[in-house]
Amino acid sequence: MSGMGEQGESGRGAITISDMGVVFNARGTMVEAVSSVDLKVQPGEFVSLIGPSGCGKSTLLNIVAGFVEPTSGSVLVDGQNIRGPGSDRGVVFQQYSLFPWLSVRKNVEFGLKMKGIPSSQRETQARTLLGLAGLLAFENHYPDQLSGGMKQRVGIVRALATSPQVLLMDEPFGALDAQTRTVMQEILTNMWQQFRISVLFVTHDIEESIFLSDRIYVMTARPGRIKAEIKVPLPRPRTPEMTYTPEFIGLVQQIKGLIREESLAAMGSELKEGGLSGFGVQVGPQGVGEMV
Amino acid sequence: MHALKQPAAEAEPAVPPPGVIPHPAAVRSVPARGAAAVPAAARQWRNTQLRGRLISALLWLVSLSVLFAVWYFGTKYRVDFYIRFTNIPAPGDVFDKLLEVNRSEKFITNVGISVRRILSGFGIAILIAVPLGLLIGRYRTVRDLLMPIAEVLRPIPAIAWVPMSIMLWPTNEVSIIYITFLGSFFPILLNTIHGVTGFDPVLIRAARCLGAGEGRLFWNVILPGSLPHIFTGLSVGMGVAWVSLIAAEMISGQFGVGYFTWEAYSLVNYAEIALGMITIGVLGLACSGAIQMIGSMLMPWSSYSAGRKDS
Repeated sequence: MSGMGEQGESGRGAITISDMGVVFNARGTMVEAVSSVDLKVQPGEFVSLIGPSGCGKSTLLNIVAGFVEPTSGSVLVDGQNIRGPGSDRGVVFQQYSLFPWLSVRKNVEFGLKMKGIPSSQRETQARTLLGLAGLLAFENHYPDQLSGGMKQRVGIVRALATSPQVLLMDEPFGALDAQTRTVMQEILTNMWQQFRISVLFVTHDIEESIFLSDRIYVMTARPGRIKAEIKVPLPRPRTPEMTYTPEFIGLVQQIKGLIREESLAAMGSELKEGGLSGFGVQVGPQGVGEMV
Repeated sequence: MHALKQPAAEAEPAVPPPGVIPHPAAVRSVPARGAAAVPAAARQWRNTQLRGRLISALLWLVSLSVLFAVWYFGTKYRVDFYIRFTNIPAPGDVFDKLLEVNRSEKFITNVGISVRRILSGFGIAILIAVPLGLLIGRYRTVRDLLMPIAEVLRPIPAIAWVPMSIMLWPTNEVSIIYITFLGSFFPILLNTIHGVTGFDPVLIRAARCLGAGEGRLFWNVILPGSLPHIFTGLSVGMGVAWVSLIAAEMISGQFGVGYFTWEAYSLVNYAEIALGMITIGVLGLACSGAIQMIGSMLMPWSSYSAGRKDS
């Protein structure tokens, strides 16, 4: 763990979003993607964002990452305004986004290289991290030689290499099969506990969000607002067996209900023009909720 | 903490056979069969590979033999059936000619001069077209400023430049190099631009949130990421460079293989015409082979990216 000492420090990695809104200009028409969002991530906390598709949860993450600027409100990371992307906020993408021309180790070293850290030191740090993720045997492989799960492990390690205060994850396991996903969730929990950094995790998988998070924000359909904030009282370390407990299942049902309302609301606004009537179904503004 | 050891459960072989892409399915099944199964599987794999290569080589041989046979028998029996082999030199004549021309320096000098012209023209084209392509691909202003010129000049074939080139440049030699340069310039430029504009935006995002500023992004991400397209441009460019060079040598030349071939035609020396053609073919083949070799040396990763995007 050489050179990793600093990140054990607590009190860093707080995200504070207040009354934030984003409006996109989509070919002349203004589209409100996210509206009056208030959200907090405490230092060292694992927080998930969940909601129906197109609700702006990825937009929200992109704002914290610095790829998108909010139209109104404020977004602070450790009390500082965000000025573009930076290595203080690690980002893990769904599409892996590893550099195919770099070996696994060089991929992990990339952020350190950008920081101007000398090559020998980079190598040591990268190998330590790869060892933690069980990838040391693959340090000289190229990304295209790896399976999806391994690629994403490299993606996580690469994001952690620059010692960020927060880790932003945009449906990182969305492209993986169910078995690999479960393993990856455990690996992620483990690394998060070791590094004690804050995580903002976007997903549409309810079980995943409960298994991983301390708190879950459920978002509404577009324009995305925070519909509910749910604390996950399950103790840590969490095990796959916990997913069968009544507590866990209760949470799943609660969140499922919240999201279904939103999905229906989103569909309802599309169906108001009579989309389902062709199937012999009467659909009114209120009728949808009853029907399903 | 036990979860950190979990990766082993996802199954990774300690040492995959050299040069093998560990296919996810294969990776999972190999260790399960035990250590003894691995060498046998590897041997079988090697045998399959060897047989595949043997069949390939055989087909290559057949293909080339057919071509040679058409030439040999066509000239031997003086075939005259719409296509006329009556004046075509036989393979043996061409071989004798090859021995004959190598008794003096003249032929090899011609070859050397052509190669020098190709390397100069092509080299200058790389030095200008690649950086320009990267800039045009990345920056809108540069694109708007330079693409009009490129679009206007591009449709003019390099050979059409011959008269103008002779007037434009001080010596005959420079004008021929200029023609060669022009031929390879546009394929390299356009492919480089395509490499940058078609770049996966997620990789640029990833680089930026790992702390890459614009300069470093350019050098560490956009350039290596565009290399496959750049090398496509180099391959195409090398082909067009030869076409342009030979044409220029035939029209305006002194020296060079193109000049040698055209001169042979003027002197009604049939064997030398064929020899010139074959020499041009061999040189072209060697040049594109060299580009391919350099490409795979610079991009060892590209051999794995056949089934890219996802596994």
